[in-house]
Amino acid sequence: MLVKGEIQSTDIVDELLENVTQRDAEIGAFLSIDAVAIRAAAAKADLSLPLGGIPIAMKDNINVLGDPCTCGSKFLAENYHSPYDAGVTRRLRSAGVVFFGRTNMDEFAMGSATENSALQRTNNPAALGHIPGGSSGGSAAAVAAHFSPAAIGSDTGGSIRQPASHCGVVGLKPSYGRVSRYGLVAFASSLDQIGPLSRTVEDAAIILQAIAGHDPLDSTSLPLPVPNYLTNLHQGVKGLRIGIPKEYFAAGLASVVREAVEKEIVRLQEQGAIPVEISLPHTEYAVATYYIIAPAEASSNLSRFDGVRYGHRAANPADILSLYQRSREEGFGPEVKRRIILGTYVLSSGYYDAYYNKAQKVRTLIRKDFENAFAFCDAIISPVAPTAARKIGECTDPVQDYLADVCTIPVNLAGLPAISVPLPSDGLPIGLQIITPHLQESLLLQIAQAVENR
Amino acid sequence: MSHPHIDVRRIATLARLELSEEEVASFSAPLDGVLALMEKLAQVDTAGIEPTSYPMPIDAPMREDIAWQSMPTDLFLQNAPEQAQQQIRVPKVVADA
Repeated sequence: MLVKGEIQSTDIVDELLENVTQRDAEIGAFLSIDAVAIRAAAAKADLSLPLGGIPIAMKDNINVLGDPCTCGSKFLAENYHSPYDAGVTRRLRSAGVVFFGRTNMDEFAMGSATENSALQRTNNPAALGHIPGGSSGGSAAAVAAHFSPAAIGSDTGGSIRQPASHCGVVGLKPSYGRVSRYGLVAFASSLDQIGPLSRTVEDAAIILQAIAGHDPLDSTSLPLPVPNYLTNLHQGVKGLRIGIPKEYFAAGLASVVREAVEKEIVRLQEQGAIPVEISLPHTEYAVATYYIIAPAEASSNLSRFDGVRYGHRAANPADILSLYQRSREEGFGPEVKRRIILGTYVLSSGYYDAYYNKAQKVRTLIRKDFENAFAFCDAIISPVAPTAARKIGECTDPVQDYLADVCTIPVNLAGLPAISVPLPSDGLPIGLQIITPHLQESLLLQIAQAVENR
Repeated sequence: MSHPHIDVRRIATLARLELSEEEVASFSAPLDGVLALMEKLAQVDTAGIEPTSYPMPIDAPMREDIAWQSMPTDLFLQNAPEQAQQQIRVPKVVADA
């Protein structure tokens, strides 16, 4: 309709902006949204481009030239405006996207409820009073609330898939190396990956098509050709072997989630898929491994926030050391400080071998679990989260939230692509996770499309 | 490694964080809780296993030694909390002679 001229990009953004004005005070998806700039960008959008005039919301840890980029932190909320475009921003810009606001997130992406945002609370549009998940909670909420047709998020241990699952939208974490991380504010560099959240699997495929590919400014992005992600989308699941990892259906899985996933397995079987029971024996060690590796990388990455070049600076420091210590003390929230301390500890002299080196070796075993499993199946299916979205403020022990990431974390440790697709639910939204071998996003999307087709 | 414990004040100093007394007190229990979770890894036999730093081998490609775009000074300085003479200003770093 947009290309045919039946509808104008400006009309679309006007309607979306009106929605945001009416309802975002309640939802809290956006940290900032510049209506004037959005209308101007829509007015001059080139509709001949693949995503010409399409509004996409950006998680507030991805740089867009001239925009704020707070990372949900007071540290960057005062005065930071991006002096450059991230790799994905550049690609989306050249595809014609209209950047549609900056979405809330757990501070520096550390959390799974968006409750660690230092700036704002976000409600789940599907169930007010419940968390939207996190850390890309604002992105998932923006899509679920129909504020934006799609959003970009980042996923370090489930931060795209889990909020997508909790809000009832599609969320795709690409393979490590598939999408440039240049300009994504780094949390854990060996785990972070940028991906789309959208209302349909096809939209996720279209956005992945636009953002995937090599970027010379990110040496971990792979210099490999990008396939057409739409070609096989409707090929179905006939003959595909679907691995069911028994460890992902362990104690602690809510019966409503278990039933929804098991029903879907039966439905895929009716369409010709072949369920295969598999084992990923080191799953029980994944959370512990992650909470050594991710904080270790974060403690190093976040050392750049020192009050010198950008962000918060403490007033009247006595000397340079005091400037660092007080700027960081005043700028960071409690979860970020805890993870920096944890990361510094596991890397400190005398503990490195016992914690960090050990975790890297267990990471190898977790990666090999998947390699072994993929000898027996084409893809793996599991829940995304063991429960539906809990209520806001209900968590008193952070370790309990950490443990709830058990189904998503192993995927990041192994660098695999995975997606969350909504399942039918009478109550709160529930997502199904699909995991495929490295760089097999086409197959991932093909299975996801079969799940979406009703 | 029974009863693992983090000396929060010491590690915070290494991490350049000036925590308040209240924070040191409130962080201790949750951090020790996470450490207890990590103790689980001691059960895993990792003899002869290579560590994984990245999920797949990452080359360190060299680029041609040619001039490359760099950020213009005014863009770089726009976010600097304090500046003077087109440079970022910080407290004195070098001690008096």
